[in-house]
Amino acid sequence: MSQLFSKANRQVFATPLGLNHPVLVQVLGICSALAVTAKLEPAIVMGLSVTIITSFSNVAISLLRKTIPMRIRIIVQLVVVAALVTIVSLVLKAFAYDVSVQLSVYIGLIITNCILMGRLEAFAMMNGPWESFLDGIGNGIGYAYILVIIGGVRELFGAGTLLDHQIIPTSLYDAGYVNNGMMTMPAMAMILLGCVIWAQRALTKDEQK
Amino acid sequence: MKINTNSNTYTIIYACVVVIVVAFLLSFASSALSPKITANERIDKQKQILSSLGISVPQDQVESTYAATIVRDIIVNDKGEVVDTTGGFEIAIKEISADRLPFYECRVDTTTKYVIPLVGKGLWGTIWGYIAVDADCRTIYGAYFSHESETAGLGALMAEKPFQDEFKGKSLYDESGTVISVVKFGAKQDNPSMQCDGLSGATLTTNGITDMLRDYVGMYRQYLNKQSSTNQ
Repeated sequence: MSQLFSKANRQVFATPLGLNHPVLVQVLGICSALAVTAKLEPAIVMGLSVTIITSFSNVAISLLRKTIPMRIRIIVQLVVVAALVTIVSLVLKAFAYDVSVQLSVYIGLIITNCILMGRLEAFAMMNGPWESFLDGIGNGIGYAYILVIIGGVRELFGAGTLLDHQIIPTSLYDAGYVNNGMMTMPAMAMILLGCVIWAQRALTKDEQK
Repeated sequence: MKINTNSNTYTIIYACVVVIVVAFLLSFASSALSPKITANERIDKQKQILSSLGISVPQDQVESTYAATIVRDIIVNDKGEVVDTTGGFEIAIKEISADRLPFYECRVDTTTKYVIPLVGKGLWGTIWGYIAVDADCRTIYGAYFSHESETAGLGALMAEKPFQDEFKGKSLYDESGTVISVVKFGAKQDNPSMQCDGLSGATLTTNGITDMLRDYVGMYRQYLNKQSSTNQ
């Protein structure tokens, strides 16, 4: 048991959350991060879906890694990812229909999310299933928490709600406060993401390089 | 024995096996979940129709409310004839054509309302909606609009209440054949009972809504006329 959570393994899980963050440091998966973060709920579901898909596709590829012919390895990776994405999309349609309508094409587009292919190529092809699983979870959560931060800020200032519960009191609206329509536009997600990257770089300045 | 994982035979067999395994997995998942997905799509459509009648109920009551509200779902054509006395609901929104038009007769608080569907093109993709009219087949009782991929914050506002509420109480069409239209936001309206304020920054989406109203009311007009004269 202690081996499962050895120092090296904890490192595998922790680096994508900080020093080697997929969105903040490697700047991958930006497209969907901008598109689905207008509200908090789709952002959470999207983050969760990506976490599940990265971890399980990492495990699958890691188990197959010694058998995969080198020349078609990208295709095999794509097939595994596409299968998982399709299953997640079907499950969402069956159990969370409204959210799946909101996420529309972006669930399908997880297939092309660079974080996934990047992790499969760079990590799962060379490491065991358990390490790959941790790496997948780490990267997925890294992606998810950025989505949640941006989705939260955008929903709070763009619509005055969080998870569709009114947060900003009506007294404030009576006093002349208006929701910032700019927040609901993808451009604002880009600016917010830039701010988060700036903050993260400033905080980890000494540890980089 | 060590297998050469780079040989052509191995590569081809490997690819085939992977694809077959994945295909089995996916068809299993799809057939296991499809009843639930179809039910969700049904409920979603019923919810949209109820929404045009100003009724919103929790997810688990949608089906019972729909059954209590919608009296008949007949199929009519653009010549004003009834093609079928049932099955209108089963026509998917994209399969509606001039000779197969779904027409819903509803009962809201003992008054009769009619709901007709609308489909058209917005700026980026399909837009659709439902319009509910009073027994005179003219006065709009409520409207519901939705879209596939209109711009968030601009065209996407068509799916929100403030815009849909503007249609309430206006008239759907008049004797001269003019159909209700959406005009530029804030513009002076020369015929306010047949014009609605548009959405700022979404001219092409609102033009799409106007076209959709014109096309579909045009197709339904014969039947609506017939129905309103029967009611009087």
